[in-house]
Amino acid sequence: MTIEKTKADGLVDGTTDHPVGAPPRISNAPSARFTSAAANYIDERTSISAVVKEFGRKIFPDHWSFMLGEVALYSFVVIILTGTFLTFFFQASMAPVVYDGSFVPLKGVEMSSAMSSTLNISFEIRGGLLVRQIHHWAALLFIASIGLHMLRIYFTGAFRKPRELNWVIGFVLFILALAEGFTGYSLPDDLLSGNGLRIIDGMVKGVPFAGSWLSFLIFGGEFPGEEIVGRLYTLHILLLPAIIVALIALHLVFVVVHKHTQYAGPGKTNDNVIGYPVLPVYAAKAGGFFFIVFGIIALIASFFTINPIWNYGPYDPSPVSAGTQPDWYIGFADGALRLIPPHLESVIWGHTYSWNILIPITVLGLFILTVLIYPFIEGWVTGDKREHHILDRPRNAPTRTAIGAAGVTFYAALWSAASSDILATHFQLSIESVIHAIQAAVIIGPVIAYFVAKRVCLALQKKDREMALHGFESGRIVRLPGGEYIEVHQDVDEYERWKLVSFHEYKPLMIRPNAKGKITAPQRLRAGMSKWFFEDRIAPVTRTDLERQKSHH
Amino acid sequence: MAHDDTSGTDVAAFSSGADGVSTSAGRAVEPSAGASSASGGLAVITTDGLADPGIPPHRKRVTDLDPKKAKTAQRTVYTLFYLSIAGSIFAVAAYMAFPINADDPGSVRLNTVFLGLGITLALMGIGIGAVHWAKSLMHDEEGVDIRHPVRSSDDTRARAVEIFHEGNVESGIGRRSLIRNSLIGALVAFPLPAVILFRGLGPQNENPAELLSHTMWKAGARLTLDPSGLPIKAADVTIGSAFHIIPEGLNDTHDRLEQKAKAAVLLMRVNPSDLNVSAGRENWNYDGIVAYSKICTHVGCPVALFEQQTHHLLCPCHQSTFDVDNECAVIFGPAKRALPQLPITVDGEGYLIAQSDFLEPVGPSFWERS
Ligand code: HEM
Ligand code: FES
Repeated sequence: MTIEKTKADGLVDGTTDHPVGAPPRISNAPSARFTSAAANYIDERTSISAVVKEFGRKIFPDHWSFMLGEVALYSFVVIILTGTFLTFFFQASMAPVVYDGSFVPLKGVEMSSAMSSTLNISFEIRGGLLVRQIHHWAALLFIASIGLHMLRIYFTGAFRKPRELNWVIGFVLFILALAEGFTGYSLPDDLLSGNGLRIIDGMVKGVPFAGSWLSFLIFGGEFPGEEIVGRLYTLHILLLPAIIVALIALHLVFVVVHKHTQYAGPGKTNDNVIGYPVLPVYAAKAGGFFFIVFGIIALIASFFTINPIWNYGPYDPSPVSAGTQPDWYIGFADGALRLIPPHLESVIWGHTYSWNILIPITVLGLFILTVLIYPFIEGWVTGDKREHHILDRPRNAPTRTAIGAAGVTFYAALWSAASSDILATHFQLSIESVIHAIQAAVIIGPVIAYFVAKRVCLALQKKDREMALHGFESGRIVRLPGGEYIEVHQDVDEYERWKLVSFHEYKPLMIRPNAKGKITAPQRLRAGMSKWFFEDRIAPVTRTDLERQKSHH
Repeated sequence: MAHDDTSGTDVAAFSSGADGVSTSAGRAVEPSAGASSASGGLAVITTDGLADPGIPPHRKRVTDLDPKKAKTAQRTVYTLFYLSIAGSIFAVAAYMAFPINADDPGSVRLNTVFLGLGITLALMGIGIGAVHWAKSLMHDEEGVDIRHPVRSSDDTRARAVEIFHEGNVESGIGRRSLIRNSLIGALVAFPLPAVILFRGLGPQNENPAELLSHTMWKAGARLTLDPSGLPIKAADVTIGSAFHIIPEGLNDTHDRLEQKAKAAVLLMRVNPSDLNVSAGRENWNYDGIVAYSKICTHVGCPVALFEQQTHHLLCPCHQSTFDVDNECAVIFGPAKRALPQLPITVDGEGYLIAQSDFLEPVGPSFWERS
């Protein structure tokens, strides 16, 4: 395509038309001769040049928000590295031992080998505490960055055709990351992690028909048993990581196949990608960024203790301290359990139905399902079958943005409920009033967020339109000959203007009878939904608008 | 670079429409090319949009213009890389200089901090150096790639269909329905043994519902303190106090935690006149001393917090609140059932003992309980 590209076709810095097998002509310095011989050796056995040719100069667009997925990837690499180190010392066994390490307050206490080996990692092995803390901080960053990455994809419409399936893969990765986090949190078998498992046990027991049996199978008998840590360990270090690695690979293959999206801007079309080539700029920036992410995690882990299990002590079903908190990413589920009103459980024909558990699980399940299939819902409403490689600015898709704001608010309200007791003691409120307030927020909050976000988007779009047509206020006041004062408006330049006007407008579906003269129910639904999506809209500035505006002056 | 030949209009020239439905990717985004696109659905196709001004002219960086600035940048980059080496060496030195000393709890902290700082420096030196290099010194003009529709070309698709067709004809899988259906049946059946193998996750010949319905408590079992296992006399329980209780002998069982997860009890004494006792439970308390299961009827956390003033028990997990004066009925939170009461009395020596096991299953609800 460009001169750059052809240059990269050569193996080193030469031409491609050298005889087969002969190294390309290059300088005669010994180091260069060695490099070319080595490259030749490898290529004759692997065809690697074809890969370099294909990917070496691939273009990646640049934007800070595209780094969120990278952060997730890099923190996962850090997790694998540090986790592997931990496996050499951790003992996934619940066999009771009497602790005899150097942490004095727990000396002589009976605990599981899992707990005792985790204490040993922390207090006997040089760097052990550091690696444990890097592992845990990296896990938190992993999940946080996946969450933010997902929000970026959503609010810019990057999930539209052809990327719907990659959205699904990514979302499954998010769920797997939560599972990976929870299983890891449970491994040390300390008081808090055991309490987390106790809650899982209680929820499993509430499942109709099979609950008590499921719990029995999971824990290898009665809770807590001596099996669960070993079983979670297999999930945590083998099964889940293997699936995650496979799905990440697939996720990235799709990123390459689709080529990365880009934000609207001058010269950027739906048929091109503008950015930096993999070699050298992108590789240097992305590779460097891995080290920066790793470095930041290491810095945090050097100074900030996380999960000080020695303060909690070993698991015991009886004691528990006030203010127990799960790791933050489980909070939304814990919050949902807290918000359910009292007395929702019934006995029907001799069997117990635990609505207080089933309802929160169902609500969360539906929420997760909706997020999972959202791209297909929006695709159906718009009927838009084209590929979309230019990202939307959130304001230019007001209804989508508003739905997203409602979803985020719902999640946030559930999440805050997981800290209801802390909120109550901190602000000296009764726990009842905190719970009632959050119950209201879960229902009303998303509605308010929806309307506010939609209005804000439309207002911003209006402002963009104004700006594209009239330019911005320059702050310069001039006095006209007639004596009146006006503020001079300065036109935006054509590049700026393009950013403001290059978006799509959609209009609601008109209901029309089908070939048989009927109006079908799905069509009615779709018309209703498209009306909901697109009734309020602001059109992008057109050439006519601009000319009319110019001639006006 | 590659400025004119890739702007939208030019690109729109290639097209891969098929079957009358035109399918080339996203062409309609270019208003000018709207005609050749896949269905835009409800999108408004404007013919009147503003024109894309194309890639703005490239602006040079200071390091491109001023060789001195470029020199400085180069110095910064290699200094960072050298700092990284220093960080690695520092980390190795810190490993040796700050050993963990069993008698000195602070040594863990020093080891962690100095090792961590060395590693941080080693990583950040490489990271910031590489990014700075890319930003200030590497060629910074953007390149352009052309996108092709994700959809395969019509020829490829036709060939794929043909291959499946040939596969079908050559194997006869469509035609020989007996072979096909029996194979499907076999494939459905073969994972079944794997599923059944997982039955082994739980012990054989035990019934969970049965186990969940009983605890270690039995008639005459002494109430003992958790965790010491020492028995407690009624006289030691003053009004307003609360004790964490386990059954006598629990600490000697081989399945201590499983038993404790069911048998843990909270013992409290209130003024007998405060208690609303229902029919049949009149003699379950001993002079205002009551014992309730400590396992929350929601999902099983220990209900450990006793509010002396209100006589409320609070579960720290989801804040279910139980009223001791009313036989631990739920007054707030997600739990439904009252905490089961353990009938107690005193033995000849004045020690508190259980009259029997709990009369209903303790802890979270399950299907078989009623
Ligand atoms: C993919 C995402 C992963 C997440 C989110 C994650 C998260 C966690 C968390 C939160 C802990 C608790 C540790 C602590 O108390 O500080 C943990 C422990 C552990 N993880 Fe991971 N982990 C992941 C992957 C891995 C992998 C791939 C391995 C090994 C190959 C691994 C090995 C371990 C080990 C051995 C422990 C227990 C040791 C200890 O607590 O000291 N983890 N993990
Ligand atoms: S376990 Fe007690 S309130 Fe949930």
